[in-house]
Amino acid sequence: MSDWTDLFIKNGFVVALLATGIIVYVSSLISERLLNKKIPGSAIAIFAGLGLAYIGGIVTGGSNGIADVVGLSGFTILGGAMLRDFTIVSTAMGVSFEVVKKSGLVGFLSLPIGVIVSFVSGAAIAVAMGYTDAKSIATIGAGACTFIVGPVTGGAVGASSEVITISIAAGVFKSILVTVGTPLVAKSIGLDNPQTAMVYGGTVGTTSGVAAGLAATDPRLVPYGAMTATFYTGFGCLLCPSLLYLLVTLFYN
Amino acid sequence: MLVYGVAILAGCFIIGQLVGQLLGRALNIDANIGGVGFGMLLLILVQQWMHKRAWLTPDVDSGINFWNKMYIPVIVAMSSIQNVKAAFSSGLVAILAGVIPTVICFLLVPVISKISKAKKQIES
Repeated sequence: MSDWTDLFIKNGFVVALLATGIIVYVSSLISERLLNKKIPGSAIAIFAGLGLAYIGGIVTGGSNGIADVVGLSGFTILGGAMLRDFTIVSTAMGVSFEVVKKSGLVGFLSLPIGVIVSFVSGAAIAVAMGYTDAKSIATIGAGACTFIVGPVTGGAVGASSEVITISIAAGVFKSILVTVGTPLVAKSIGLDNPQTAMVYGGTVGTTSGVAAGLAATDPRLVPYGAMTATFYTGFGCLLCPSLLYLLVTLFYN
Repeated sequence: MLVYGVAILAGCFIIGQLVGQLLGRALNIDANIGGVGFGMLLLILVQQWMHKRAWLTPDVDSGINFWNKMYIPVIVAMSSIQNVKAAFSSGLVAILAGVIPTVICFLLVPVISKISKAKKQIES
């Protein structure tokens, strides 16, 4: 038994490749045989990933999902920010510059709208749930943007670590909901063309959620949505601790 | 050579990250602003430029396309390392602050893209 764990730990990245291949294969079988392809295999695989992350968290008590299970630590490399961003950049292969030029402006105009709407509605929820100090309200509002904007804002304005944790959790929730929800709402919000995908990426933000949600909906739309979404977190980190925080302090101390 | 494709992709990625980092520093915030987006724009331009000169051989192309196809497996792996448990145990504020703004943003998407389409019709 320890031979196996040793082998798995030493070759973590390769183990993660194998395990991911198995997850994708089983998911495509479920999609084809059980669900008649009504839900794409990639959507099931991403959802299965989230489910495994939950189980990993319960079993190990750690914060890295399945990667905390002994021998599966290689998932932090395969699923980490570096390879995520690297593969997202590669999806730009085959993207038409003309389309980006044509719909780029409205895509980027949707960024401030997305950040402000998320912040304000998140802050309103914080107020409704009984928070009365500007630091906590702004941090939870920022968490409603992405799970990076929340802690960056919380750190900048000096919020309590409990509130920062809540803001991260809110951002992770958003990311999960975007992942699972995008294929479900795609049709009703007209998400079937590059331009709407750019608007969607700019409005919804959270890169991991947008990337996974679009992958589950229509992989051809991924580069367009990812391109605007990737500016969202930076934009949120710019607006939330500064302008939007000052706005909150006008109403709360 | 296949590795040229991989290297071109890596170059675009690194330059994009650098631009995003410099932009973040210029605006005095501790975050990378659009590094991935700049990398993508660069790759789009480089591939057009290479295509015109017939330098984009199938070999080079497959070096980039391999990673393009690895994208979904990477996203699956990424999903499986999220802190899903903490998200579910952080209480009602976190759930509401995650869910309600997301739903509002979903609803806004068709509105914003309609506005832009209407504008284009007026212009043309």
